[in-house]
Amino acid sequence: MLSVQHVSGGYADESVLKDISFEVNQGELFGVLGPNGSGKTTLLKMISGILPTKQGEILISGKRLREYGIKQLAQIVAVLSQHSSQSFSYTVKETVSLGRYAHQTGWFQTWSNEDEDIVQKVMKQTGISSFQHKNIQELSGGEKQRVFLAQALAQEPKILLLDEPTNHLDLSYQKELLDLLKQWTTEQGLTVISIFHDINLAGLYCDRLLLLEKGTINSNHIPNEVLREDRIRSVYQTKIQKHPHPRVAAPQMVLLPEVNRDTKNIEINEAMLRVTSEFIELISPAPLRTMSSGVVGSGTGWHQTFVNRHVNKEYNCENHREEMGSFLKAKGFEPSETVGMMTAVWLEGMSCQRLEQGDFSIFVVVTAGVGNAIDVSKSERDSLEMTPGTINIWIFVNGEITEEAFIQSIMTATEAKVKAMHDLKVLDKVTGTIATVTSTDSILIAATQTGKLLEYAGTITPLGRLISKAVYQCTTESIKKSQIRKQA
Amino acid sequence: MQRLSIQKFLNNKFLAFFLASIFLIIAVLLGISIGTVHVPIETIIQIIFAKLFGVGSIDPMYDSIIMNIRLPRVILAGLVGAALAIAGAAFQGLLRNPLADPYTLGVSSGASVGAVLTLFFHLSIPFVGMFTLPLLSILFSFITIFFVLVFARKIERSMKVETIILTGIIFSSFLGAVISLMIALTGDELRQIIGWLLGSVSMRGWDYIKIILPFFIIGSAILIFNAKELNAMSFGEERAQHLGVNVQKRKLIILSAGSILTGAAVAVSGTIGFVGLVIPHFSRILWGPDHRYLLPLSILTGSGFLILADLLSRTIISPTELPIGVITALIGAPVFAIILLQRKRKERSG
Repeated sequence: MLSVQHVSGGYADESVLKDISFEVNQGELFGVLGPNGSGKTTLLKMISGILPTKQGEILISGKRLREYGIKQLAQIVAVLSQHSSQSFSYTVKETVSLGRYAHQTGWFQTWSNEDEDIVQKVMKQTGISSFQHKNIQELSGGEKQRVFLAQALAQEPKILLLDEPTNHLDLSYQKELLDLLKQWTTEQGLTVISIFHDINLAGLYCDRLLLLEKGTINSNHIPNEVLREDRIRSVYQTKIQKHPHPRVAAPQMVLLPEVNRDTKNIEINEAMLRVTSEFIELISPAPLRTMSSGVVGSGTGWHQTFVNRHVNKEYNCENHREEMGSFLKAKGFEPSETVGMMTAVWLEGMSCQRLEQGDFSIFVVVTAGVGNAIDVSKSERDSLEMTPGTINIWIFVNGEITEEAFIQSIMTATEAKVKAMHDLKVLDKVTGTIATVTSTDSILIAATQTGKLLEYAGTITPLGRLISKAVYQCTTESIKKSQIRKQA
Repeated sequence: MQRLSIQKFLNNKFLAFFLASIFLIIAVLLGISIGTVHVPIETIIQIIFAKLFGVGSIDPMYDSIIMNIRLPRVILAGLVGAALAIAGAAFQGLLRNPLADPYTLGVSSGASVGAVLTLFFHLSIPFVGMFTLPLLSILFSFITIFFVLVFARKIERSMKVETIILTGIIFSSFLGAVISLMIALTGDELRQIIGWLLGSVSMRGWDYIKIILPFFIIGSAILIFNAKELNAMSFGEERAQHLGVNVQKRKLIILSAGSILTGAAVAVSGTIGFVGLVIPHFSRILWGPDHRYLLPLSILTGSGFLILADLLSRTIISPTELPIGVITALIGAPVFAIILLQRKRKERSG
């Protein structure tokens, strides 16, 4: 559809683009990225015929750009630029109707029924029909942007060029616009070439990305390849980190701010722990990176308070998450900053331990009760009822750990827990075999993400050793305490 | 629902033309009727009918007053007003600037230089005879607008409104000084020249109508045929090109047509300011900015306005005549100030 071949050029005194070559196929949503001054807008102006190329050729549908007449080009290529001046108060419909200019020929250029139909159609598609008689100067930035999009669409282009189309739009319209563009590319074969400021939006929607750096192509590939951490870091000269999108197979980049979190020397320890008969709480001076299976705050996140709540053995609530949330609020905790767990065991039977090695340390808290002990290899027959009789393990790491280490920490802790139950010969009451878990165990790994970087947490690594030792000892101690209490 | 809105739209435009035409007809009738000798409206209509269809009797005195004095004067005022108004509307659309008009852009002053050169040095280009005057005026107005725009772009690439106006004023002052210098050097009687500079349509006769008419028709036709392009260019030159307008070519055509209209108007009447500013501005407020309607409507209202301004200028301190430019400046300058104020306010709030 579009072929850019060895193009160089820019403004009179300087060449902004140097030897740029790429192709865009029909029906593609093609993103152009690059830091300020990398030549994105210059490239778009060349493709739209505003700026001449100094060297090289641009071909549209196999024909050279400069062989197109201006009107002829406007029938194929439409542009939505960042800024449009509106000096006079045209109505929305008048503005959109101008998009038909290139299709009207002859001296008197009459307005046909087809023109009217197309204008009505694009106004409906962009959601501006309802205010078509309004004056454009009265509209908000987002509404104006949609009016000019409608104007561009009224040209019935085969290629749509966009310069940061989401610039003035709030979140819902950004998504709506890009969803719409994506739909047009797949359903109607429209080719879209768009400059993006937001690399995450680009990664989310584009089929391919072109990354410009100082007027040359750094890469031209699928988003996952272009949006590599090291690449974006060096091109944009800023600290970022790549993450997978939680719902879509697309990469997302997050900025790493330079401001120092005042967590330099925080260390989670027993002093922050408070045990009452109702709950155990631990309040960290700063948010911690967490991975957990709690009732609230589960999954991964950043949390500052940690609550292990005692509930009655008969506790059975339809919506236990909501109930837990209101419990936390009632006790003065902020649910969005809290990882909350439940247990029916006696909280004073809690066991905790701080272990240190070299320049990092961990702090482990375990509450254990084995009323629901189960042999995992035979657990199929168990009902899925949520009965609290539980081992809850909290592991706080005073150091920086990787995602890998988070997962390995969970594995290591689980192994230690199973071993503890094994050594105590806790039996599954139904099968009579040695139990490995209880039916509702929860675990939390929380790291300060400051201090020493700990890449791994397998059983023989320094971190893994501390975890297995602490978890084994605490679990054993806590189970024993609960058994003693039961007998008493 | 849809059909209804289209109908409303058509009716609206139809109404606009109807009202503007009525305004022009009333202005013409008043212009002919009022003066040192009052001519009743019925007589005017009678005489016009008699001239057009050769029926009915004509009073020779009224006939003479109308045909030799009032009618040519009214027609000339109308043509000058129409030419300045449509030129102003086009300049405003092209420069996306409601403050642009032949006077504020310095084009009128440029045309004056051409006219003064012709008149006071008795220049005559071979073969064109009496058209030497408008041709030189047009040439000078075109040169002036060209320099103003080049200069404004040099100051600031984006050519902000205020920059263009300021450049226009600089050129106006300079060209005014050139005119004064020429006048001083020729040593002619000053009052007559100043009267001409402030603009007048009196005692020009049918010859001057013949001078302006062809240029008016050509200039207006060019502009009206470029109404759509003007609409597109109101959204910026780049946007217009994206929409398929050959901006460089159209810009040159529109500037040429504007210069033709301004040059011809100045050649026959001197510099009459602010018509090109006030008329398009009010037409736009009343009937919207669409140039397909704005341009012809500006012709109708512009001519009516100048006919009435001329009527005022010759009756207000009768028997002495005021230069017509005094009346238009008295009305136009405050309007100019108000538009400027509104723009600033809008910028601040927007």
